[in-house]
Amino acid sequence: MTVPDTLLTMRGLAIEGRSERGTTQIVTGIDLNLKRGEVLGLIGESGAGKSTLGLAAMGYTRDGCRITAGSIVFDGIELTTAGDEARRRLRGSRIAYVAQSAAAAFNPAMRLIDQSVEIAVQHGVMNNAEAAAAAIALYRRMQLPSPEEIGFRYPHQVSGGQLQRAMTAMAMVARPDLIVFDEPTTALDVTTQIEVLAAIRDAVEAIGTSAIYISHDLALVAQMADRIMVLRHGRLVEEADTRTMMASPRQAYTKSLWAVRTFRGSRKPEMAAGTTPLLRVERLTAAYDETPVLQDVSLDLHRGRTVAVVGESGSGKSTLARVITGLLPPRQGSVAFEGKTLAGSYRGRSPEELRRVQMIVQMPDTALNPRQRVRDAIGRPLKFYLGLTGEARERRMRELLTEIELDPDQYVDRYPAELSGGQKQRVCIARALAAEPALLICDEITSALDQLVAEEMLKLLDRLQRERGLTYLFITHDLATVRAIADEVVVMKDGRIVEAGPRDRMFAPPHHPYTDLLLSSVPEMDPDWLDRLLDQRKAQAPS
Amino acid sequence: MADLATALRSAPPSAWFGISVSALYVFVALGAPVVAPFGETQVVGPAFAPWGGASPLGTDNLGRDMATRLIYGARNTVGIAVVTTVLAFLIGGGIGLISGTVRGWVDQVLGRIVDVMMAIPSLIFSLLLLAIFGTSVVSMITIIALIEATRIFRLARALALGIAVLDYVEAAKLRGEGLIWLITREILPNATAPLIAEFGLRFCFVFLFISALSFLGLGIQPPTADWGSMVRDNAALISYGDITPLLPAGAIALLTVAVNFVVDWLLHRSSGLKD
Repeated sequence: MTVPDTLLTMRGLAIEGRSERGTTQIVTGIDLNLKRGEVLGLIGESGAGKSTLGLAAMGYTRDGCRITAGSIVFDGIELTTAGDEARRRLRGSRIAYVAQSAAAAFNPAMRLIDQSVEIAVQHGVMNNAEAAAAAIALYRRMQLPSPEEIGFRYPHQVSGGQLQRAMTAMAMVARPDLIVFDEPTTALDVTTQIEVLAAIRDAVEAIGTSAIYISHDLALVAQMADRIMVLRHGRLVEEADTRTMMASPRQAYTKSLWAVRTFRGSRKPEMAAGTTPLLRVERLTAAYDETPVLQDVSLDLHRGRTVAVVGESGSGKSTLARVITGLLPPRQGSVAFEGKTLAGSYRGRSPEELRRVQMIVQMPDTALNPRQRVRDAIGRPLKFYLGLTGEARERRMRELLTEIELDPDQYVDRYPAELSGGQKQRVCIARALAAEPALLICDEITSALDQLVAEEMLKLLDRLQRERGLTYLFITHDLATVRAIADEVVVMKDGRIVEAGPRDRMFAPPHHPYTDLLLSSVPEMDPDWLDRLLDQRKAQAPS
Repeated sequence: MADLATALRSAPPSAWFGISVSALYVFVALGAPVVAPFGETQVVGPAFAPWGGASPLGTDNLGRDMATRLIYGARNTVGIAVVTTVLAFLIGGGIGLISGTVRGWVDQVLGRIVDVMMAIPSLIFSLLLLAIFGTSVVSMITIIALIEATRIFRLARALALGIAVLDYVEAAKLRGEGLIWLITREILPNATAPLIAEFGLRFCFVFLFISALSFLGLGIQPPTADWGSMVRDNAALISYGDITPLLPAGAIALLTVAVNFVVDWLLHRSSGLKD
């Protein structure tokens, strides 16, 4: 008997979601073919239906969603009509799923190895010892340190990147025919992302499994997939071989995805020497209890310019923002605003000092009070700082909403839950602008957003800077963002500044070794980028 | 109001049951003098008269009408329980939210005081305090409210601790907002769901607590009608196979179930808003 070439087929698949506000079509008329051993990339912005489609490959829909039309055939089995029991037998053993957040997918009370073998043993594919041996072999293949022992640790005892690799290993233990990767590296730093990408690709190749790789980052998908499908609003926009699509995208939407990360902010004139900086941070040292997070950090911000602080998670860049705003008083050192030293804690600062420095944070979901309308969020600083009430406040509120490109009539009375991520972030910007600040601290404000939305956000910030002469302290781990808008760049590692200087100098060699590592880790729109990078690093590594 | 109407329309049967029963209790409690056939302390016949005739549920140990006493009992017992629970929430919730928002030594001092109070078994503690301050309605309400407030303090403090570290509260702090704004505008509106659930549970506990105290003779004092003491006074009838003493007990149980149905529904709705 010959093994059929096609592993998974979807025909005219439609999935709808139900909520209190009625039903919405999440996926509409998708056809999909996946051959054995093939890696298919699914790409699109959030809400494109790519995760829903990935789950549908396992015959699964989220709560409140249901398949309304079409068929899903996995290796000759029709999943839409197969019973729960039949589908359950497939999941884990023949189709596996790797989720975005490994930390949330592991049971914190069980050791890694026990969770790795669980599926294989439960499905009766292997006995305990065989599964454990297979898991250890996979840990080794995923290049986890000390593969024999790492399984006996608990999830909190390994790093995020290791956990993500362990989860991939867990998915592979039962030797599934198909693995669905749903944004497996989105939560990781760029430098860690490379290791995980390389490990996943290597393991998928070695085991010869098929895979569906879901991501919003085209550059990543290009490294992993043989073929790419671009989705938007639950419909297929374009489908082609990776190389064909990278070389000549046909649809306008695909082209706009390609053009992302090409935005460049307006150039500013050189600074006049000898001016007083708007904000001067001097020899700052800070700690959470006994753990030092900032050591001897000094930094100058000049009026109307953008300073980007880059580094991996744990480098202390967000702590720097907390110290500047006064949420975390420093152990040593000082923060001076317009030449005047600010109190260490925000409690000791005057309303006027607080007003001039505003912060926007990474997660727009938690930055807005879910019980306050847009009107309350923006209106409060207007009243609190500027004493605006009634008609004047209403007018200013509408101006601000117009300025951040949201229609006042439509949005002023909405709750945060009725806004998209990008819209929430815009409201956060409006709330900060309402205070008429001189300095805006932006802490990873684009990292929770889609690339297209993030780029619009950068354009908005750039325009506001030109119009209002704002100064930005831009904290990010994304070097593409830095390249787009920064005038000066500060690179941080382990709570210290390792390199600082104007943007053009930072992006031109020679670099500090750490800056070099960060720069080379940014994925490029080139299907061969990962191979080239890995070869390069191998060549450089001392043998 | 329109929201309320839609909410009621979509309420599950259990919620409807809870709402109807609670409404009935409230109606009976408010309209006791009109609804009841006799006066609260009026002796209408011989002691322990059987069901039927002028007294549909018989009479109690002093010959007072049982149905009338039940109706007045709703007024007294439920009324005192509501006042006590509200008072307990004002004290415990208020101090708990402050403690969790301010942290530092304020939290330490308040937390330790509450720990000491919680270390003493609540029934014994209340018996002790009632013996000291006397068994008036006011002292009973105050004492039970204080004891129950320690439990609410714990919950409110934990909720405030969790919410106070969220970005929007930090944003309000950085704006320079005072403690009152932080608590009433930023923290409390986001802590209502668990507090409502706790209110329902606490109300039932307080209710049972009052009934237990009355049963022991230290709660609501005669001749005021009260379900706890009604069970005690007529308990002897059980030995003769008469279920009359179970009626006040049943009234307590029914209200407890009804309130919890309503609370479950409210909780479900308010947690659903977050999704």
